[in-house]
Amino acid sequence: MKTFITTLLLLSVLSTGVHASEESQLQEAKIDPTDKVSLLRGAKHFVTYCLGCHSAKYMRYLRIALDTGTDETTVLQEIAPEGAGIYDQLHTAMNKHDAEKWFGVQPPDLSLIARSRGADWLYSYLKSYYKDSARPFGVNNLVFPDTAMPNPLWQLQGEQIAEQRRTIWGEHTELELEQPGTLSEKEFDLFVNDLVNFLVYVGEPVQQERKHLGRFVLLFLTVFAVLAFMLKKEYWKDVH
Amino acid sequence: MKINRFAEVGNWVLERFPLAKVWEEHMTHYYAPKNFNIWYFFGSLALLMLANQLVTGILLTMNYKPDAKLAFDSVEYIMRDVHWGWLIRYMHSTGASAFFIVVYLHMFRGLMYGSFKQPRELIWIFGMLIFVCLMAEAFMGYLLPWGQMSYWGAQVIISLFSAIPVIGDDLSLWVRGDYVVSDATLNRFFAFHVISVPLVLILLVFMHLVALHEVGSNNPDGVEIKKYKNEMGIPLDGIPFHPYFTVKDIFGASVFLLFFATVIFYMPEMNGYFLEHANFIPADPMKTPEHIAPVWYFTPFYAILRAIPDKFAGVVGMGGAIVVLFLLPWLDRNPVKSIRYRSGFYKKALLLFVISFIGLGYLGTQPATPTLTMFARIFTAIYFGFFLLMPLYTRWEKTKPVPKRLTPHHSLEEDLPALFEELTLLKHSDSENGDPAFRGSFFNLRPNPDGIIKVLGRFAKKIVESLD
Repeated sequence: MKTFITTLLLLSVLSTGVHASEESQLQEAKIDPTDKVSLLRGAKHFVTYCLGCHSAKYMRYLRIALDTGTDETTVLQEIAPEGAGIYDQLHTAMNKHDAEKWFGVQPPDLSLIARSRGADWLYSYLKSYYKDSARPFGVNNLVFPDTAMPNPLWQLQGEQIAEQRRTIWGEHTELELEQPGTLSEKEFDLFVNDLVNFLVYVGEPVQQERKHLGRFVLLFLTVFAVLAFMLKKEYWKDVH
Repeated sequence: MKINRFAEVGNWVLERFPLAKVWEEHMTHYYAPKNFNIWYFFGSLALLMLANQLVTGILLTMNYKPDAKLAFDSVEYIMRDVHWGWLIRYMHSTGASAFFIVVYLHMFRGLMYGSFKQPRELIWIFGMLIFVCLMAEAFMGYLLPWGQMSYWGAQVIISLFSAIPVIGDDLSLWVRGDYVVSDATLNRFFAFHVISVPLVLILLVFMHLVALHEVGSNNPDGVEIKKYKNEMGIPLDGIPFHPYFTVKDIFGASVFLLFFATVIFYMPEMNGYFLEHANFIPADPMKTPEHIAPVWYFTPFYAILRAIPDKFAGVVGMGGAIVVLFLLPWLDRNPVKSIRYRSGFYKKALLLFVISFIGLGYLGTQPATPTLTMFARIFTAIYFGFFLLMPLYTRWEKTKPVPKRLTPHHSLEEDLPALFEELTLLKHSDSENGDPAFRGSFFNLRPNPDGIIKVLGRFAKKIVESLD
C-alpha cells in the first residue's frame, strides 16, 4: 500500500518535471483583456502587421468598437483597412492560391489561435525569431522550429542571432540582438504584448461579459443555497 | 363558484389519467431511508444534468450545422453572434463533463454501499446500460464541433473496430460511411447524438427509476428498511421522498450548481480538460496532431487500451473493463452490502481500485512513454484484479455484524459547532477599554494550536481505522 502511494507520488513528480522543462522556454505574457487601450493598440498592430496574410474571420470590426467602447467611425478610420465596413469580418486580402504559391501553405486564421496555442506561446513565438540562412526567408524560430512564417516584426525588433550557451543546467540556446530595430526592447515587448492581448480577446470576445455575469449568478446561487438549506432544515426538524 | 369550476376540470382529468396516483406512489408515499448521506445526491444530480444536456442541446441544434464545411464555423457563430449562444454552449460542454463526474460518483456510491446486490441487480444493469449509452452519446457529440481533436479522436476510436479479425475493416468502413472520418460520419453521428441515443437514454433512465422504486433504495448501512414496518405498512426507518428528499435534493442541486456555474463562467476550458486546446483548430484530415488524447472521462479506458501491447487484445481489454462492471452483482459473493461492515481487505482493495482508476485516467491524458506504459499496465492489472478476483476474496471476508435497523448518525452540521469550539480559543482581552460589544465575541477567537493538533490526530486515526 505504502509503496504504491510512494510510486504514485513519484510518478506525479516525474511527469510535472517533464512538463516544466518543455515549457521553460516560454516567456510570460501579461494579459489584461480589460485594458481597452491595449486592445485597441493590439487591433491596430494586428491590422497593420498580420492581416496582410492572416484573417480573423470570426471577428467583426463592429465587435471591436462595441467591446472597447470606441466610436464606429473611429474604428473604421484608425484601425480597419481602407474600404472595410463596420459589419465586415477581419478578412485578409491574400487569397489561398497566392498564399500557397508564396508560403507553401495558407496562413491559418487567427481567430482562435490564442485558445489553441495559449498567450505565452504566442508572446514567446513572436519574440523568438533569429537569423538562419538555411531557411527560405532567412529566419528560424526557437519556439516553433522551421516555421513557414517570415518574421513580420523584424524592422521593429531588429535582428537576433542564436547562441549556444553551456551552463550547469546543460546546453541551451539563447537569443541575442545583433542589430537593433526601430523600437527599443521595452517598446517591442509592449508591442508584442498588446498584440497577444488582442488575440486573446479575439479568441473569446465574450470573456469579459462572461466573468461579469458570473458574479451575479454565483451570488444568486449562494443566496438560493442558503435558503434551500434553511428550508431543508425546517422540513427535517421532525426526523430523528 | 370559480374555484368549483377549477376543481371540476381537475377532477375530470384525474378520473381519466392517474396523475395523483403516480405522484403518490413515487413521491409522497415512496419511502426512502432517512440516513442518506452526501453520496446519495448524485442520482438526482445526474437527472439534473440530463435535463441540462437535453435543453441546451436542443437550443444548440437550432444554430449548429452538421456539415463538414460549416460545422466548425457554426460553433464559432454560436459562440460569438448568437444571443447567449456562448452560455448555452458552455453549459452543454461543461455539462458533459459534469454529467460524467456525477455518474462516476454515483457508480462509486453503488460500489461502496453494495447497491448492486440482491435485490437491486437489475437497477445496476440498467445503470450500466445508461453508462454505455452516455459514453456513446459523449463520443459522438465530441465529433460535432469538427475540431482537430474531434476529428482525430473519432478516427482513432473508429479504427479500433478494424482490429476485429475478419470483419474488422468492413465494419469500421460501415460505421464511418467512408474510408476516413468525413462529412458522412459527421451527419450520422449528429443523427445519433441528437435523437437515437437520447431516446434510448431516457427510456433507460425511466426503467432505472421504475426498478428502483419497485425494490426501494439502499442506504449507507446496507439495511433493508422494508423488513421492519409499522402497523400501517410504512417502513420504520423510511420517510416519504416528497417533501423530505425533494427539499434535500434542491439544496444538493444548489451547491452543485455553484460549482457548475464557477466552471462555466470562470474556467470553461478547465485547463484543456473540458475543452481541449487542439479542438480550437478546425479539423484537417491531412495533418495529424502530435498527441491525440480523448476527453478526460474516456481516459481510464483509453489507458487500458494502450497498456495492452496487441491492438485486438487492447480493444478486448477496453471492452472487458466495461463488461466486468455489468457482472459485478455476481462477482461479489459477500452478502454484506455496506462498506461499513465489510472487512479491511475489501476496503483496501476498493481503495487500490480507486487509485488505479484515477491513475489510469491521468495516464490516458499523457503521451505513452515506457515508464508511463509500465504504470498503466500495473494499474490495468489492479483494475481487472479487483473485479475478477472478487469471487475468491469476497467469500472469505471477515465481515462485521450488520445491524437490523439504521444506525444513528451524526451529520456534519450537528458536529460543526463543537468542532469549531475545539479549534478556537477565546482570547481574554486584558484591558477593559475594548468595545464591550466585541468582548467574548467571534472577533476575540483565536486558533487553538493544541486543539487543531488533537483534531487532526483524531481525523488521521479515524482514516486509518476506517480501513480495518
